[in-house]
Amino acid sequence: MKPAPFDYIPAASVAEAVAALAELGDGSKVLAGGQSLLPMMNFRLARPDALVDIGGLGELRGVQARERFIEVGALTRHLDLERTGVPGPLGSLLRSAGAQVGHLPIRTRGTFGGSVAHADPASEWCVLAALLDATMTVTSLAGTRTVAAADFFTTIFTTALEPDELLTAVTLPRLDESYRVAVVEFARRAGDFAIVAVMVACSVRNGVIGDARVCLGGVADRPVRSLAAESLLAGQPAGAAAFRAAADAAAAAVSPPADIHGSAGYRRDLVSVLLRRALERMAP
Amino acid sequence: MSRAKRDLILYVNGDRFAVSVEPRKSLADTLREDCHLTGTHLGCEHGVCGACTVLLDGEPVRACLILGVQAAGHSIRTVEGLAGENGTLHPLQQAFWDNHGLQCGFCTPGFLMLAAGLLESADPVTDDKIDDVLSSNLCRCTGYQNITRAVCAAARVMRQ
Repeated sequence: MKPAPFDYIPAASVAEAVAALAELGDGSKVLAGGQSLLPMMNFRLARPDALVDIGGLGELRGVQARERFIEVGALTRHLDLERTGVPGPLGSLLRSAGAQVGHLPIRTRGTFGGSVAHADPASEWCVLAALLDATMTVTSLAGTRTVAAADFFTTIFTTALEPDELLTAVTLPRLDESYRVAVVEFARRAGDFAIVAVMVACSVRNGVIGDARVCLGGVADRPVRSLAAESLLAGQPAGAAAFRAAADAAAAAVSPPADIHGSAGYRRDLVSVLLRRALERMAP
Repeated sequence: MSRAKRDLILYVNGDRFAVSVEPRKSLADTLREDCHLTGTHLGCEHGVCGACTVLLDGEPVRACLILGVQAAGHSIRTVEGLAGENGTLHPLQQAFWDNHGLQCGFCTPGFLMLAAGLLESADPVTDDKIDDVLSSNLCRCTGYQNITRAVCAAARVMRQ
């Protein structure tokens, strides 16, 4: 229950961090908040040769507001987002999702970028990134590139990040005042990763749904948008009939994994129940 | 070699500790073995049980999920830092005593520091909030009722 030995490289700047990653190659890992990496190292499920500690890079912590986007720094803590003053429906979504990440002592340390880079398919931030078509900003010695969320999450615990690349920020679109949002999860114990997580963001004007976004966590090897549900919601009156149809279609369209936490059928039932609940509860 | 021991300074309960630790050593082990503060207990060592909860710069953290080197220069508070110099119990310790909030006592330092982090913060405190925060830690003796009772009682004293 103690980590294997590793080289420890505290980075004093992003440039120093990416230089270290380039030199060390794929035996190295980035240490941000450490709330996923260190448990895996304590179990020796992960045995990196080296840790590049970016925890001291204060410039990567915090939310920058732009006109149509916000940029969330990779080291922004879960608790920062649970308390964020970002206005409008996007702020509601961030606060609600943030409050459901782990427990308080995890939220004080764990980071947004760390969660996204860790790519647990049931992680709130991965589901939110896929829901909003986030853009990831990634830096290496070769320069900076951006990756769309749809291309970023490749499979369980695996992303498009190369071993020498550092995720520095995630850009999220602001949602205008017509949006209604909700985050609904089910787990057996408080603070556990969700067995199934559902996030919705729907633009509703005069009682009719326009843009409809539905993202599911825990039902595949990565967070997945439910195109079946989205297409059934768009253009429909925001009400019980459309919500039920979308929930049933979303459940029919998923092929969830079975594991010790629940069978595939159980997860499919959860999709139906949780999505209907999310649509009924969505609020500005 | 960067996996060799590193010299660092920790500030624990207002005292300065100069220690030399391997980078892989957790903050919890550093506190126990190098600062000789054994009030912080280790249960699961992978962030599930909460027994090792301490305050880092005033916020509750799991000391098994932080490396000692990550805490260098930061201010840490452990259960040894709760009672007054003359042995006067902290309101949380008194409330745990009064409400029978412990039996074997193994999980108690973690619960005390978790609750101290909540009650000493500026966050509004409700019974529901206390329940939610306490869900972070495990206790095999009490069934939790007396722990929540104790923290609610301490909240009334501390938030007067």
